[in-house]
Amino acid sequence: MLFRYLFILLILLPIKAFALIEVDITRGNLNPLPVAVSPLDIDKNSKDNFKKILKKENLGVEISTIVENNLKQSGLFNPLNKEAFLQEPDIANLKPRFEDWNLIKAQALVTGKVTFIDEKLRVEFRLWDVLAGKEMMALAFTTVPSNWRRVGHIITDKVYERLTGEKGYFDTRIIYISEEGPKTNRIKKLAIMDQDGFNNKFLTLGNELVLTPRFSPTNQMVTYLSYFRNLPRVYLLDIETGMQEVVGDFPGMTFAPRFSPDGKKIIMSFAKDGNSDIYTMNLENRIVERISNHPSIDTSPSYSPDGKYITFNSDRSGYQQIYVMSSNGKNVKRISFGNGLYGTPVWSPRGDLIAFTKLHKGKFYIGVMRTDGTGERLLTENFYQEAPSWSPNGRILIFYRETKTNSKGEGFSAKLWSIDLTGYNEKMVETETDASDPSWSSLLSN
Amino acid sequence: MNLSKTLKNGFLILVACSVLTACATKKSSEKMGQLQGDVYTGSDSVKYLASGVPDRVFFATNEIVLTTASRETLRKQATWLRKNSDINVVLEGHADERGTREYNLALGERRANSAKDYLMTYGISSDRISVLSYGKEKPIDSGSNPLAWSKNRRSVTVKAN
Repeated sequence: MLFRYLFILLILLPIKAFALIEVDITRGNLNPLPVAVSPLDIDKNSKDNFKKILKKENLGVEISTIVENNLKQSGLFNPLNKEAFLQEPDIANLKPRFEDWNLIKAQALVTGKVTFIDEKLRVEFRLWDVLAGKEMMALAFTTVPSNWRRVGHIITDKVYERLTGEKGYFDTRIIYISEEGPKTNRIKKLAIMDQDGFNNKFLTLGNELVLTPRFSPTNQMVTYLSYFRNLPRVYLLDIETGMQEVVGDFPGMTFAPRFSPDGKKIIMSFAKDGNSDIYTMNLENRIVERISNHPSIDTSPSYSPDGKYITFNSDRSGYQQIYVMSSNGKNVKRISFGNGLYGTPVWSPRGDLIAFTKLHKGKFYIGVMRTDGTGERLLTENFYQEAPSWSPNGRILIFYRETKTNSKGEGFSAKLWSIDLTGYNEKMVETETDASDPSWSSLLSN
Repeated sequence: MNLSKTLKNGFLILVACSVLTACATKKSSEKMGQLQGDVYTGSDSVKYLASGVPDRVFFATNEIVLTTASRETLRKQATWLRKNSDINVVLEGHADERGTREYNLALGERRANSAKDYLMTYGISSDRISVLSYGKEKPIDSGSNPLAWSKNRRSVTVKAN
């Protein structure tokens, strides 16, 4: 049901080739770019129609607020207070008075217009370089009105891409585990929400324990661990239809599932007689292959984006460490050699880094290293945190953090957090309930 | 001479330290007494399958090795299982919260199998024993301290029928 809407994207004007303002996202950004997001202009007729359909007073303002919040959350932009704006939205969209926007120190300006046409929502927007007094981009979208939040996210993606030179990550979803109840008796449900926390939906009822959901690169499927009938097994769930099935026919616990980059295989661990090894199952022909074969615990496998390699953690050295091997299980090589234990390696979608959890001297760290193990960088330290998942552009990690309880064992909570690859912009991701095991989807529209 | 003097002084200092430590930790000495190394040896949370047959064994951090006390508990369980041949059991393996979720699932499975293997050496058929790992998902003690963690690193024998 999430994907039934046909999304039409029309490019109005070609993007001009000369780069004007630019945001460097490779370093921690302590001076976010001041940007003005003008409320999108809306005519009275359209306003009334959307009010009727969507119960939103002014859809132009609503969509621009989404853009504004997204840009602010990224930490790279500083959206300016709308009250300081001197120009009305309709005129600004036609031709901004750049000196007015310059006056309030805006370097970039987003304007646009919302109309109701043939029962559809049409949104056009423009991105302006205030200092150069030039239009940088102009696009228009037509879609069903109920898609209005996605329009806000897509506009942000376009603005982000134009200004940073990298793909955005705003038109995406997070699948995660919703948690409620006391620490000794947690009720866990599979849940999905937009990247900004809106449109939250529960996908299971909480009757059985569920863990570690992961998105398919195609976004329609999710793989996760369920204790249905007290048999911990890897499941495959179609978000669109709600259909689910057990992956493979294993005589024991399967866990730690992830998709291969082409979405055709699921890689996971299978535990039997005290030994966990890594297996794949091809979703088309159901063929199961054993990838690792070692008496130690081999788990948390993750493919490189080209599908040629697998990173995983193993305690074959005596302690949990990170390894890389070819996708056929050959050429196993340990890559983590720092002090402490290393787990949950996840290959970056850009291919150059592996994110991990590290446990050292009673503290948990989220960090990244190159795929040969060099260049280890710890991004954040806490009492307990683990399970990083990459944003589709490989710039942000989302993970979960659990609190230390007090002397009476009270005060437990689990929340999602995100941090930039630079180590800056660490923040809690708001969720309706406690939350863990986040997995970031790829961009929904491309 | 000099050396022995130094050693002697050092020893005195050590003794003084241990006395001080003992004083400082007197309040929690009861709790500390429930740990041997970092394996739980107390009886908090322990239930009984039958009179004198404890239902669980405890493990050291990141370990699957059975302690002497654990082996004794499992021998009692084996005797009880031999007497009650119609009863099947599930061994539920658990880990503490100080590890990554997926690794802990594997560790819980290993711990339960460690207990299973021992029961089998006392003649209990593997057909009667199934294994279920919960990793760090079902702590018995919600505390965030070494004692709570030691209670949570366990394999619990549960009647299946």
